[in-house]
Amino acid sequence: MATQVVMPKLSPTMEEGQLSRWLKQEGDKVAMGEPLAEIDTDKATMEMQALGSGVLRKILIQEGESAPLGQLIAVIGEPDEDISALLSQAGSAQPSAESKPAPAQTEEAETAPPSDNGAGATVAAAQPAEDKSQAEDKSQDGGRLVVSPLAARMAADAGINLRSLRGSGPGGRIVKRDIEEALKSAPQPAARPAEARSPQQPTQLPEIQGASAYRDEPMSEMRRVIARRLVTSIGPIPHFFLTTEIEMDRAAEARRQINEANPDSKISLNDLIIKVAALSLLQHPQVNASFQEKAIRYYESADIGVAVAIEDGLITPIVRNADKKGVRQIASEVRELAERARNRKLRPEEYTGATFSVSNLGMFGIDEFTAVINPPEAAILAVGAMTPKPVVRDGEIVVRQLMRVTMSCDHRVIDGATGARFLQTFKQMLENPLLMIA
Amino acid sequence: MSKQAAPTKSRVKAEEQPGAAAAVEEVTDHIDPAQLDEEHAKQKEEQKNRIEAVDRETLLKLLYQMILIRRFEEKCAESYSLGKIGGFCHLYIGQEAVAVGAISAIRQDDYVITSYREHGHAIAKGVSADEVMAELYGKSGGCSSGKGGSMHLFDADVNFMGGHGIVGGQIPLGTGIAFGSKYKGTDQVTLCFFGEAAVNQGAFHESLNMAQLWKLPCIYICENNQYGMGTSLDRAMSLQDVSQKACAYELSSEFVDGMDVLAVREAVQRGVERARKDYLPTLLEIRTYRFMGHSMSDPGNYRTRAEIEKYQQRDPIKLFTASLLENGVIDQAALDEIEGRVREEVEHSARFADESPLPDPKELYTHIYADE
Amino acid sequence: MAMMTMREALNQALREELERDENVFLMGEEVAAYQGAYKVTKGLLDEFGDKRVIDTPITELGFAGLGVGAAMVGLRPIIEFMTFNFSILATDQIINSAAKMLYMSGGQFKIPIVFRGPGGSAYQVSSQHSQAIESWYAYFPGLKVVMPSTPADAKGLLKSAIRDDNPVVFIEQERMYGNKGEVPDEADFTIPLGVADVKREGKDATIVARSLMVPVALKAAEELEKQGVSCEVIDPRTIRPLDVETIISSVKKTNRVVIAEESHPFCGVAAEISAEINERAFDYLDAPVRRVSGADVPMPYAKNLEDLAIPSVEQVVKAVREVAYLD
Repeated sequence: MATQVVMPKLSPTMEEGQLSRWLKQEGDKVAMGEPLAEIDTDKATMEMQALGSGVLRKILIQEGESAPLGQLIAVIGEPDEDISALLSQAGSAQPSAESKPAPAQTEEAETAPPSDNGAGATVAAAQPAEDKSQAEDKSQDGGRLVVSPLAARMAADAGINLRSLRGSGPGGRIVKRDIEEALKSAPQPAARPAEARSPQQPTQLPEIQGASAYRDEPMSEMRRVIARRLVTSIGPIPHFFLTTEIEMDRAAEARRQINEANPDSKISLNDLIIKVAALSLLQHPQVNASFQEKAIRYYESADIGVAVAIEDGLITPIVRNADKKGVRQIASEVRELAERARNRKLRPEEYTGATFSVSNLGMFGIDEFTAVINPPEAAILAVGAMTPKPVVRDGEIVVRQLMRVTMSCDHRVIDGATGARFLQTFKQMLENPLLMIA
Repeated sequence: MSKQAAPTKSRVKAEEQPGAAAAVEEVTDHIDPAQLDEEHAKQKEEQKNRIEAVDRETLLKLLYQMILIRRFEEKCAESYSLGKIGGFCHLYIGQEAVAVGAISAIRQDDYVITSYREHGHAIAKGVSADEVMAELYGKSGGCSSGKGGSMHLFDADVNFMGGHGIVGGQIPLGTGIAFGSKYKGTDQVTLCFFGEAAVNQGAFHESLNMAQLWKLPCIYICENNQYGMGTSLDRAMSLQDVSQKACAYELSSEFVDGMDVLAVREAVQRGVERARKDYLPTLLEIRTYRFMGHSMSDPGNYRTRAEIEKYQQRDPIKLFTASLLENGVIDQAALDEIEGRVREEVEHSARFADESPLPDPKELYTHIYADE
Repeated sequence: MAMMTMREALNQALREELERDENVFLMGEEVAAYQGAYKVTKGLLDEFGDKRVIDTPITELGFAGLGVGAAMVGLRPIIEFMTFNFSILATDQIINSAAKMLYMSGGQFKIPIVFRGPGGSAYQVSSQHSQAIESWYAYFPGLKVVMPSTPADAKGLLKSAIRDDNPVVFIEQERMYGNKGEVPDEADFTIPLGVADVKREGKDATIVARSLMVPVALKAAEELEKQGVSCEVIDPRTIRPLDVETIISSVKKTNRVVIAEESHPFCGVAAEISAEINERAFDYLDAPVRRVSGADVPMPYAKNLEDLAIPSVEQVVKAVREVAYLD
């Protein structure tokens, strides 16, 4: 007999679920209790288990699609079983609001723990494997999360993304102490529902020494949906890119004059770019922000990460409070940080917790590129080489020093227009450095 | 130790029929017809003499009970085939004289415990036909509230201590009930019934040993119907004279004709007297025959039709009825009247069982522990 | 409080209950004239006479069934098995008669009987005389199963078992008869059946242990305390009915469980407890429930092999360290 797979109720408040990933494909054998798919609920990504055995005959919603509770989303049956009646039924009838969804959790309310806790539990049931090697195999099995039931529940309560953690238990199992550690090292991210409603969020002090203070504002439902959908379309951080071309003649001139006045401590164009980026961030706090599980975090100061290539990789030391520092001070800090970075002498707090990053490949002759965001920052600016190019100004062809920059934005935090406005400010300021003191 | 009326002839053909293989190949009579006829005639004479010593009321009651049990069991067979009775259903047809005769020899406050072929014993001990039938139907009005079924009839009100389903399992229990009477210093006795196949169980031997060792007021009644399910006595028991086994434990024992209700009654009366007065146990081997299969699902291919018919000539009810008619205790009209009342009681029991409600589902979880 | 051995505590319980209720009698092999194969019934024959304290032939099925029959008519028998190994001969009467009589008679016949005697691992008596079979009896609805681990528990629980209207299988650990402990002096000291005892409080892991494994678990807890792991030790004392609540609330506190038992692991009591925890406290577990059971082999004779077959303090310590992710 065919088993109807319906969108299961996986949390008490869930009304519809989004099919995040099918773990089985049509034609695959399925055993009762085997994970069938990952479902995005309003709370978390959960595994849905098969409630019947046989072959996954038909998938009715594709990855990324949503379905209300109780809607038929797949059919498990015998390989040769006729399921056409089931399928035609699925096409015609949408489930009513009252239709009973498949029980995903234990029905014994009095013995079960509070069910919103229970939601986390099925993210990945820790197998009480009698055999350790078996447990280890499982942990490597297609990136499946291995997490103790308790840790899963704690993570769900605290809004911690389990995929961001490394388990310290056998086979990489995430256990209670890992969650406790995460809670300790990350500032309380999860706005409790009650707190979330209060309009004024107090400023929080960061854990990292010297890092920016911030305030968390709960995400709107729309922001949450935007975030979730975009994540499912490209990777955990949904990037988009904004490119603009900047006339650098005045900036180059300003730099020349500064260096003429202080021949012993020269600044680079990049130092100027850092300063301008920091000032622009202050004008556009939406960009000086980061995505947290249940909140958007806005930073009070602009701490700019500066990508520095080192022998076998890349590190991003941070110029703290770049908005408040003079360009020469920025220049000397960058020099000093880069020097120590190459010698592997940076302390963790010197490269952890930036609010925005700048990556400059101009010195390699790169005209234009895109950079990958350094989480949890919401944006990174990729700076290309400054090159003289003919442009039309006032009806005449003239030569100008042009530089192309591309900003990668985390779409969960920054929308196109927000990013564009930031870049506009950034461009104006570089094209007219006097605005820096305006 | 007294020993009366030992079998005149040992069981036939044990040597000629070695082992199970022969029995499977060829089903033959296990009883010598000539011997049966002779026994029948003798038995009839003896029963006539016994009738003299019993009052008419008792005689009529015995007859009524035997006919009641017969018709009740016939009704069971019908109900079973209609699917109203489930599970195992072991009928007592042919053996009525044993339960009726034996239980007529004890008081209401004495105890009866027996095996799973116990509809007859329950009725003879005073459990109403209604409650027995309702139990067989698995209804809440049954004497065990529908939880015991055919094999586990119980009624504490009349000290009917149950039908027990493991062959021989009730023998230590009966011994313990008798132990209780002696411990409390009452003069209640216990009748403990079992089939001859139970004699091969350790429980039988362990019990007889304890009963005589501690002088317990228990009458052990072996209803020897000559087949343990489909295995005839000669294929299952090395020493086939069950009553002789009492020697091993120095018990009093008797061999009794189970087709004569009065012979059974008298033998049990002797045992009861020993038990009441001196707390002494007794073993009775009561020879009988079951006319039906072991249970309703028994194909019966281990014995011949001829053998059954031969025994049916000695049907205890036919025998007793003939004796009563010949002795002028009853006439045909009285007999018809008895049959009429029996029919009414049996029909009533079936109606009662039909109408009795099913056990409430919550009864699934009651009576597991006493302190619920 | 008086200091005494478990043997003496059991003897007191028997004496007090024989004294209290005329319907109580004691029956078994060597319980009377011999004064008890393990001296638990010492002195009782002299005090109560041979009507109340009865030596039996070696006939376990017989006297177990006799006891059940006597219980049907209102007596309260205490049936001693010289060891529970011999109760195997009597299982038909314990299971098919005692456990089910009340149910199949529709509530008419209760069976107030105690089957008691030593059980579990003994010292070097090989396979037939050294085994823990509580899971057999605990399997059947209708039976209660009790296993004390201290003299006080032994006394209080045995008195409750004798007064209980149900058949109770009361298993005394053969190696523990000489264990000493404080026993309350109160005249009517009893401990209710079905109530677990927290033998030690802790917060990092729960060790559920019964009978012989209770002292083992307590020693393991001491050792673990030195290693910075705080263990709670729970003794269910009654295997059926099992006080699941106490175990579950401890698990909710500590998030980690080890169940120690001397019986075989397969279909054992620890497996049942583990299933209960899984069903009722899954979301509180930080590690799989771990069993430390006796070896899944018949008990060997040789001393070194026998030692290997019975769970040790070290095994319990190791298991706790595992569930606490310390190794």
